Amino acid sequence: MKNVLILGATSGIAKALAYQFAGKKHNLLLAGRDVEEMKRIAQDIHIRHGVKVTVHPFDALDYDGHADFFTNCLETAGEIDGIVLAYGYLGDQRRAENEFAEARRVIETNYLSAVSVLNIAANYFESKKDGFLCVLSSVAGDRGRQSNFMYGSAKGGLSLYLQGLRNRLSKSGVHVLTVKPGFVDTKMTFGQSGMFLVAKPEQVAKAIDKMIQKRVDVAYTPFFWRYIMLIIKSVPERIFKRLSL
Amino acid sequence: MIKHKESLIAGWGNYPAEVCNVYRPDRVRDITELIASGAQPHYISRGLGRSYGDTALNHGSGVLLHTEFARFVHFDEQTGILECEAGVSFEEIIEHFLPRGWFLPVTPGTKFVTVGGAIANDVHGKNHHVDGTFSQHVLDFKLLLASGEIVHCSREEQSDLFYATIGGVGLTGVILTARFRLIPVESAYLEVDYLKAKNLDHAFELFAQTNEKYQYSVAWIDCLSKGDNLGRSVLMLGNHAPASKVKTGGDPLRIKNKPKFNVPFNFPSFVLNRWSIRAFNFAYYNIHQNEKSKIVDYDSFFYPLDSVHNWNRAYGKKGFVQYQAVFPPETSRQGLTEMLKRLSQSGRSSFLAVLKSSGEQNGGLLSFPFKGYTLALDIPLHDDGLFPFLRELDELVAAHGGRIYLAKDSEASPATFANMYPDLAKFQAVKAAVDPNNVFSSSQARRLGIVEESR
Ligand SMILES: Cc1cc2nc3c(=O)[nH]c(=O)nc-3n(C[C@H](O)[C@H](O)[C@H](O)COP(=O)(O)OP(=O)(O)OC[C@H]3O[C@@H](n4cnc5c(N)ncnc54)[C@H](O)[C@@H]3O)c2cc1C
Repeated sequence: MKNVLILGATSGIAKALAYQFAGKKHNLLLAGRDVEEMKRIAQDIHIRHGVKVTVHPFDALDYDGHADFFTNCLETAGEIDGIVLAYGYLGDQRRAENEFAEARRVIETNYLSAVSVLNIAANYFESKKDGFLCVLSSVAGDRGRQSNFMYGSAKGGLSLYLQGLRNRLSKSGVHVLTVKPGFVDTKMTFGQSGMFLVAKPEQVAKAIDKMIQKRVDVAYTPFFWRYIMLIIKSVPERIFKRLSL
Repeated sequence: MIKHKESLIAGWGNYPAEVCNVYRPDRVRDITELIASGAQPHYISRGLGRSYGDTALNHGSGVLLHTEFARFVHFDEQTGILECEAGVSFEEIIEHFLPRGWFLPVTPGTKFVTVGGAIANDVHGKNHHVDGTFSQHVLDFKLLLASGEIVHCSREEQSDLFYATIGGVGLTGVILTARFRLIPVESAYLEVDYLKAKNLDHAFELFAQTNEKYQYSVAWIDCLSKGDNLGRSVLMLGNHAPASKVKTGGDPLRIKNKPKFNVPFNFPSFVLNRWSIRAFNFAYYNIHQNEKSKIVDYDSFFYPLDSVHNWNRAYGKKGFVQYQAVFPPETSRQGLTEMLKRLSQSGRSSFLAVLKSSGEQNGGLLSFPFKGYTLALDIPLHDDGLFPFLRELDELVAAHGGRIYLAKDSEASPATFANMYPDLAKFQAVKAAVDPNNVFSSSQARRLGIVEESR
């Protein structure tokens, strides 16, 4: 039995992961902004699986509050064995090009705020010499494209940060997993045009759980996105720049 | 605001299929914002789409999926009262509560239905003669109205809305959560007796003799038999088995997971033709012998079809029509005899036909069952000649004081429907009070004139 903290617990993949963990009798700490929604999820998981689920208000952009938030989580659970960072903000690419506030929100939510909480979490796990950090980045961070490079650049930054963090924490036995999901059938993608090979969140959650068991470093999910991205990354820049992607 | 997907969808009979604008809200405010925006002229809720016809369709308009509203809210271990969101399926309720000794108070012949769908069609099961419909075990529910207001409905509070919503096919609003009673059971098994009936009269006789003794009863009926054999059938009569009778060795509240089959694509329509159906019916009747006290797991007893996923595809691309009618006791014999005769005369055969005695009517304004006998059958849709035939059946049913079930209907006319449901005007009055602009409407509701075409 483990205690797992999920940041951004109301997102589609996070929810599916919560049920996946609860099915294995892990206790959960759900963190996010929509407290009412998290309470509903917590109640449901408790009734289904009998595990302990607590709810913690968390605002990614409230950097000053992150330390207290983490202490509070630790006090509630006694110990934390793993953390999933699942929140993100897709934003509106066009708006972000014209309104700096939107660009800032995309970058801060996806990158800066992650650095803030992960720094705290990394120190905790490093001193404990145990634990896992499972962070949802994105295939959008693998190559900048005109349709979503604001989001992509923040996620790309996040992936690089995680690479460094993994390097730092490897001697402490702390596992850092970077997950790059392709298209997943969540609220973000439902009814969106141009979606293909859309995976179910439950399927993705199962795969992520397995990667945690196997201590994988970087993983695409579903797996075939590795090959899709391999192709996309291999297109020479002088050609790529002219494509309308 | 949330996005929609324009999709071609259908009910379980695969007929009719219509292009609808499908939404998948995951917060209540998604729905209220959507309705307030006026993005679509109408909306209708959809559970797991197990109604056969156009009950959960909205041609060119909005369909609200309940997939994201599928959470348990509260369970009281003392009383067995469960509160959950309307998108929770019966399958999930069984999965989580049967191992703790609780079962559904009423269940239809498939566990792939939602609580919302079960209330909105006021579904009945094999125990209707003793336990009534599902709604009769519902204490209360929360209903989101067209105005955006959320009201609490029970037999005491907002009782008009309560009785309009049970069986109200989604037209009063969106059921968000409901509270209902589960029943305590000692095992996941039933003790079943099988009795063969030579003909319809014999079946009636056996139902009358056994109704008191068994909580569950149903007859599979061979609708191709004629003359003296007309209506020959196999009655299946069951009660929940006490733990002491279950000799599986393991936990009596659990059954082994059985393999699931899948029908991967639509079969060509000749697969289920008159000859194969005749052969099946013949074999089914002759394989069964009178048998006593057989211990059968709940899945095989209640949900024989659920073990084959997408079995509806066996009817081919054109789909099929499910027809269910109930007759009052006085006319049951005559009505059913006439119905079976017309079916076999027209060469329209049914693979699965189910006869059941039904209990008293409840207060649901559009609720289907009343005291008497009900017959349900599915008919492959090979040609358009089926529709005039079904209209004839409707008239026959109406002439005998019977009625048809909205969950199965895809062809009835407004006049026949109004004829069969005397409380329709009352229903419309309640609806007009809470939804004067018909924000909630479905293809079926417009076809049957339950709501007006447009205002
Ligand atoms: C194999 C099989 C066997 C069956 N056996 C029986 C039987 O024995 N007895 C019986 O009574 N029925 C039976 N049925 C029919 C089935 O029980 C009903 O059609 C049931 O309503 C389907 O539930 P659903 O969740 O799929 O709802 P859907 O078919 O998706 O919707 C049904 C109606 O419910 C409304 N609805 C759904 N959710 C909500 C909500 N949250 N708020 C408001 N309205 C809502 C919809 O608008 C629609 O009008 C059977 C069906 C099948 C496929």
